[in-house]
This record gives sequence, C-alpha cells and structure tokens, in this order.
Amino acid sequence: MNIHEFQAKKLFADYSIPVPEGSVATTPQEAIEISSIHNNNVVVKAQIHAGGRGKAGGVKLFSDSKEIESFSANLLGSNLITAQTGKSGVPVNKLLVEKIYDIHREIYLAIIIDAVTKSIICVASEFGGVNIEEVAESNPDKIFTVVADPILGLQPYKLRLLAKKLNITSDLIRSFSGLATSAYNLFVENDCSMVEINPLVITNDRLLLALDAKVNIDDDALFRHPELVHLRDINQEDERETRADKSNINYVKLDGNVGCLVNGAGLAMATMDVISESGSQPANFLDIGGGADEDKVAEAMKIICSDTDVDKIFVNLFGGILRCDVAARGIVQASKETTIPPIIVRMLGTNADEGAQILLDSSLEVKLIHDLHDARKEFLKS
Amino acid sequence: MSILVNNKTKLVVQGITGREGSFHAIRCKNYGTNLVAGVTPGQGGNKFDQTVPIFDTVEEAVRMTGANTSLIFVPPPFAIEAISESIDSGIEVIACITEGVPALDSLKIYNYLQNSSSILVGPNCPGMISPNDHCKVGIMPGSIHLPGRIGVVSRSGTLTYEAVGQLSNLGIGQSTCVGIGGDSITGTSFIDMLEMFEKDDDTDAVVLIGEIGGTKEQEAAEYIKTNFHKPIFGLIVGASAPRGKRMGHAGAIITGKSARASEKVKALSSAGVEIIPTTSDIGNTVKYSLKL
Repeated sequence: MNIHEFQAKKLFADYSIPVPEGSVATTPQEAIEISSIHNNNVVVKAQIHAGGRGKAGGVKLFSDSKEIESFSANLLGSNLITAQTGKSGVPVNKLLVEKIYDIHREIYLAIIIDAVTKSIICVASEFGGVNIEEVAESNPDKIFTVVADPILGLQPYKLRLLAKKLNITSDLIRSFSGLATSAYNLFVENDCSMVEINPLVITNDRLLLALDAKVNIDDDALFRHPELVHLRDINQEDERETRADKSNINYVKLDGNVGCLVNGAGLAMATMDVISESGSQPANFLDIGGGADEDKVAEAMKIICSDTDVDKIFVNLFGGILRCDVAARGIVQASKETTIPPIIVRMLGTNADEGAQILLDSSLEVKLIHDLHDARKEFLKS
Repeated sequence: MSILVNNKTKLVVQGITGREGSFHAIRCKNYGTNLVAGVTPGQGGNKFDQTVPIFDTVEEAVRMTGANTSLIFVPPPFAIEAISESIDSGIEVIACITEGVPALDSLKIYNYLQNSSSILVGPNCPGMISPNDHCKVGIMPGSIHLPGRIGVVSRSGTLTYEAVGQLSNLGIGQSTCVGIGGDSITGTSFIDMLEMFEKDDDTDAVVLIGEIGGTKEQEAAEYIKTNFHKPIFGLIVGASAPRGKRMGHAGAIITGKSARASEKVKALSSAGVEIIPTTSDIGNTVKYSLKL
C-alpha cells in the first residue's frame, strides 16, 4: 500500500525523524495561510501516489503569496500526469506546503528488504535527490548497503561506518545513525516494504532533514495494522483496480485493447506476453486466483468489460482448483448484466470440455482455441 | 528415487479440516501419496476421510505415524507458526501453499530455517509432484503429469501446469515438478532445486520458468554456469508488464533494471541455458533440442 508524502512525514515525526515545518492544504486559501507562517518562503508539493511530480509541474518553490494562490487553484482538483502515472494522470486533492531550507548537501537513504541476502538492508548514497536507479547504473560504487542482523537488528556502529563512506562529518555522525535507526524501527514496526528518504539533506545550519518521504506498507501485513488501513487513498488508484481488490481479484489496468481473464499470476503474465508478442496489446493483467466461484468470475468479466478500450477478450484458464465449467457459468452470468465483446477461449484441465460447451451454447460470440500457438495467430495485428 | 517427494514420503497435512486443506488432501491421497496424518488443533482423535488420523499437534503426528513431509494450508497470520511447528517436529520437507504471508514473517522463518535440516518450499507455491513415484504434495492437477525424466521448476503455479501440459502432450514425462513460490522471500531458491536435480539420477534435463521481479534468475544463472551439467531450458514471463506494478505475485514487480525480463534472459542465456522464446514453445523446445 502506497501512502502520501504528508502521511509518511507524519510517521517520520512519530519516530523523531526530522521533517520540514509545514502542513497540508486542501484549498488555495489554506495554502496561503500556511505559507504566511513561513514568510511566504515555501515549497508547494502536490500529494499524489506517483513519482516524477517535479518534472510534471507538481512541485514549485515560492517567495510570494500571490503566485501560490493561482498555482494551488490550478493543481487542486486537477489530474497530474507524470512519467509514472497512466495517460489520464492521478487527482491532486491535497498540497503539502513546507518551509524552504538552505541546503548544503543531499543524500539518499532507504530501508528495504533484500531478497538476495534475505535481510532488511539500509541503502545509502552520496547522490541524493536524483533517481537512485540511474545512480545504480552510472555510479554503482557510490551506493552502499548495510545488512541488518536478524537478531541484533541494524547496529548503530554499522551506520556510523556508513556515514563515513558518505563523507558525513563527525558533528552529524550520531544524528545520522540515530535517524537511520529510527527509519529501520519505523520499517519493522509498521511492516513496511519500503522507507525511502530522497533526499535526506544537510542544511546550512548543520541539521539533517527528511526533505521527501516515501513509505510503502506490505499489503499482506495490513491485517495486523488496523491503525494504518485508513491511510489508503483510493482516489489515487484505478477505479477498476479498487473494485477488483474488493473481490480478491488481481487486476492491473494496461494500455491495450485485449482484455485478459486468466487464473494464476504466472500464466496471466505469460498470456499478456503472448498477446503483445503477436503485435496486439493487453488491456489488463487479471488473475482470478485459485478456487474462484461463479460470482467471482462474473465480477472479473464485468470489470474487464467496464474498460471501454476493450474490444476483445482472451479467456485463458488452466483448471486445477478452478473448474472450467464454473468459470464458464460465471462468464455467462456476467453477459446478462453487461455487453461482452467477442471472446477467444482456451480452457484446459478440470472440466474444460463442459466449460467450453457452456460457452458455445450461450449467446456469446465465442471462438475456441486449443493452445497458445493458436492464440498467437488470433492476436496477430492485421 | 525422485527428489523432494517420493515413495518414502509420509505426508501430514496441516489445516486438514479447512476448506482448501480437505479438498487437496483427498486429491493428494487419490493420486497415490502416502497421506498418514492430518493436524488441526482441537480435532485430535478424529479421522479424515474415515481412515486418516487427525492430531492436535505435528509432534504427535510425527511420533505416531512417522510423518516426514508436511503440506500447510493455514491462513496467512498463522503460516510461519505452522512452519516452525513442522521444523521443530523434525519434518524433513515442508510445502507451504498459503498465499499472503507478510514479508517480514517470511524473513523470520527463513532465518529460523537456517538452523534446521528442514527444507521449506514456498510460501505461496503449488507444492511438488513426482509422477514416477505417484507422489503429489501440492495443489497441482495430478492428471496432467506423466512419469518421465524432465524436471520442472518455476515461481508460478499455473505456469508450471502450462509447461507440464505441453510436455505431457508431446509424450515427455516429468521426474519432479516444483513451484518455489511467487513471493520475494521463499524457503528454497532455484539454486536449491537445481542442486537436487543435478544429483538426481532420474532427471535428464530441467525446465526453469522465471518471471519479472527480484534477481532469483540471475542467482540461478551464476550457479548454472559452473555447477549445473545437464541440459537446461529457461523461460521468463512478464516482458510486457509495466514497471512498478505488482503482477499478482508479491515478487513480480519491476523495481530496477535487473528485475526486467530482458536482463534475466540475458543472464540465463550467457550461463548456457537454452532460452524458450515464448510460453507456447515450452514443449517443442525441449522435444527438438533433446531429440525426444
């Protein structure tokens, strides 16, 4: 689960990680009021669940209150399109208005799980404030990692060694290790999948400050964090993705026109690949999961069909726990409530023949195929 | 004798009275697996399917029946506790089907596992099957498998079935098929499985199916380069997936360059793995390359 920067900074503050002074505005008037507290020397940041805000015009520095009003009025209620959002962008409903600081240096700091060492690690670089993936490619020797011991945790001495590598001077070495320890505690205690501070800055006044904050929480652990659930902002999510989530369907909106209904994440990805290798484009990733019943399949079909870009659908099912006849009845059920475009169906495994027959006997426009070779021919772009 | 599960397997199902647990326990048994016990706390003394004794604890199941393999169906909040109960009871091979185990729980159990001799497959996996020994410890449809000499290892369930389906249709049987799980932290890796396949006299060649996210395939490639001597075929799915979006599996998300499909294909290819160009060609690639 993604949360907003202002929510992440609130968590930071709870863990004594220093953040800039500021607060959230939902109207231009509020933005001006917050700005005036800081002598109108502020940065205004659109609160959205996507990176690339700066380049997309969602972050701006000000020294005058007049401009703040028009900037805020333009952003609030609009959709911001960044390199990381889809073509329709995501809505801006809140702005974070913060005091501007004089910055001496920018550092990168993150806490993540490393699947290679099977540990929680702290990642840091002297190159802060830029895309860390680019640093990883251009200057891999400038990215340092510290592995947390499963029992001893992230030991401060390792963080002090890290500080040395980052050329952090002695006056700040203890506050740096303290800050990184807090970020680690925040990560562990809240079941995060990422805590990222980019940049972590050293101000001219020799203070460490988390200028930006990104916190992702492990969806699978939310059951033990009822206090975090309310941080979810469904306005930032694709409507269909939210709807699918309610039925425990894994759905991701993509940009093509071929809807996909598949069981299993691996087969769903393979299905998308086959479609795009043939020159067509998948409209979605969809995994109905194991043991789906008729209602769930019907709901999945309705979600796919609610995407107006979809003009044909590929149903690719390998029945195991899932019975193909159950899936077929779900599809027919959906057709009573929504218009279903032509479907190309491949069913294998449990009750595949019965499932295919149910679809052939329905009023749906169905084409049966037997394997993925046939599928490739179907989706060859004519 | 097949790797992981075989004619020495004595299976206990943890969560045998639950919906999923009972559904799959029957299917494992019908396939030929020696199902010796079930565990559901509070149901000790009852029988499953009229013949299989149910115990309150795994320790009793092991002591009373000699169970050496466990299959876990308990809900995510209790998964790592069920795994540690198996480890502490001396179970040798554990398959955890449960999907949605918190990543920090998986880390904990991974570390706990390192001080034991148990092997954990999963979580979030389909389990494993050895058709030559009629032994199935998992949720895969048994009927699609054919006894034979090809090993299959994958991060995905249904994609493993797809591979097996294509192989069986061409008359190519399997020695053991195993899904290591779709999470980023799993008990065993591709490498663990490849080590077993390398030593297994009943496996002639291996099909490895990877996907976007993480670097498990690159780690496998490093191992294969110097340590794996049998023919090996590799397929990577997810090339068409967008960056930063989780594709169902917790581990299937492109976070950096190395997580992309193209990087994984490159790594496997340079390690001498024969790349399967597309999912529809799994069976054919194996057939023509091995002249089967």
